[in-house]
Amino acid sequence: MSQELYTNLAIFVLSLLVGFEVISKIPATLHTPMMSGANAIHGVVVVGAILVALEANNTTAYVIAFLAAFLGAINVSGGYVVTDRMLEMFSKPKDKGNKDKGGDK
Amino acid sequence: MSGLMTLVSLAYLISAVCYVMGLHMMRTPKTARSGNRLSFVGMIIAVIMTFLIVLEKNDTTMTAWIALLVALVLGVGYGVYRARTVKMTDMPQLVSLFNAVGGGAAAAIGTFDYLSKPNGASLAVAFSLPVILDLIIGSITFSGSLIATGKLAGKVSGKPITFPGAKLLNGIVVLIILAAIVFTVGFPTNVWTLVTAIVASLVFGILMTIPIGGADMPVVVSLLNAFTGLAVAMAGFVIDNQVLIIAGALVGAAGTILTLQMAAAMNRSVANIIAGGFGTGDSGGASAADDVPVNVKETSADDIGVQLAYAKNVMIVPGYGLAAAQAQHEVAELAKLLTDNGINVNYAIHPVAGRMPGHMNVLLAEVNVPYDQMKQLEEANSMFENTDVSLVIGANDVTNPEAREPNTAISGMPILDVDKSKSIVVIKRSMSTGYAGIQNPLFSNDKTSMFFSDAKKGLQEIVASTKEYLDQ
Repeated sequence: MSQELYTNLAIFVLSLLVGFEVISKIPATLHTPMMSGANAIHGVVVVGAILVALEANNTTAYVIAFLAAFLGAINVSGGYVVTDRMLEMFSKPKDKGNKDKGGDK
Repeated sequence: MSGLMTLVSLAYLISAVCYVMGLHMMRTPKTARSGNRLSFVGMIIAVIMTFLIVLEKNDTTMTAWIALLVALVLGVGYGVYRARTVKMTDMPQLVSLFNAVGGGAAAAIGTFDYLSKPNGASLAVAFSLPVILDLIIGSITFSGSLIATGKLAGKVSGKPITFPGAKLLNGIVVLIILAAIVFTVGFPTNVWTLVTAIVASLVFGILMTIPIGGADMPVVVSLLNAFTGLAVAMAGFVIDNQVLIIAGALVGAAGTILTLQMAAAMNRSVANIIAGGFGTGDSGGASAADDVPVNVKETSADDIGVQLAYAKNVMIVPGYGLAAAQAQHEVAELAKLLTDNGINVNYAIHPVAGRMPGHMNVLLAEVNVPYDQMKQLEEANSMFENTDVSLVIGANDVTNPEAREPNTAISGMPILDVDKSKSIVVIKRSMSTGYAGIQNPLFSNDKTSMFFSDAKKGLQEIVASTKEYLDQ
């Protein structure tokens, strides 16, 4: 096994373990935003798309690079925006509660 | 390592830390939003650094630049547009769509790198194995998630679609995929190996998802989420980029945990859900036929209004039917009416309520239900004994007390102990069975009264009648 593959494999396995550890502490209430947030994180695939696009130099390659960048961009941008929208709702009731308290006085 | 590469590598490491910390901060609603934004900062860093590498190399053709920038602008435009306009009830299909595009992008990267090798070249296993896994997992995720999106959006029938010979076809497709792996790893590059692998994987993605019923969707979406993560990690191996490997592995872990939790909450194994869809009509159809007549007490919106108006503690038990009828606004209206009159209202939320993990919480958050009123399974179960009225809306199997008995279809499944509350009102469209296909003794319980109605319409009537009694 090459040194490079070994390093990458080690990073992969340790990241999986970190992922299990971090995710298992998230309450069920927040599972949808968490999944959506994780979704945004795999949008990092756009980085790979940018890297391959720079190597493109023939028609087939342009088309595939375009496809990779387009799909990756949808993933990363949409993922973060929609997660933020959801989490904004989770913090909203608190503000509203304060307002209600104010109204009671 | 050159100076720039050192900088980029360190920056990638910071990005990875941002993702982990960001996910970690999603433990509580207080820090969750900042967590997502931290993760976003990490993403921006990674993208900027990647552009630095591209600029430093400076051998990119003008056409490639145009293709890349146009793709990014269009992709970001479409992604942001969908994210801004999606309704909260439609969240599962959007998440599933993002799974599809993520998997598709990973597969495209694999295809690109495979084709960049000269035809007939021998590949090192360190490249060939990840590239074929990237192609296969990415393609399965792409087509499978698109079908799941279609099912969730109602564009593809939500019912399990099966056909004769499906099992045989599946077997053949799996064999072709295995052959493609062997050919990629053991033989020189060949365009046809690539094409075969992609086509077979796309077909497999479709075959895997179409037989799965609507109620199993939380599991399928989670599973495909894990797949996308793995595909992205494999793409990272292919182009030797650690930030892709780390992020992909994190998402793979997240998806795996959710898949296992959802499956456990439905009392089924993941294999059973995937394989169960394959060919068999599932237990649902068979046992629904032996309709045991049950004695149920019907009630009216008017009676429910009286019950609620004179209750002290009310527990709302929302289920899939509520999400399907998009009745979250009506539920919130009723709850607000009750709380404004000094009645305690809480929500008992089963892990698989809604159409994806935690979906019900999002729907309730959308209508400003305070976070502390959303009770998860265990906490809710400790509260039922002191509950005067449990209002079950469009939920069935997750309240079935038979889960506590041995030898039933749902034995051992974690349920909400609704039957322990002092009285129970069930809003449901008909007496039809839930996904497990068995009768629910809760409905014939002496303490239970049934209100047959669509969740939305029924709740509107209940709000009106409750108002009358509270005003008296």
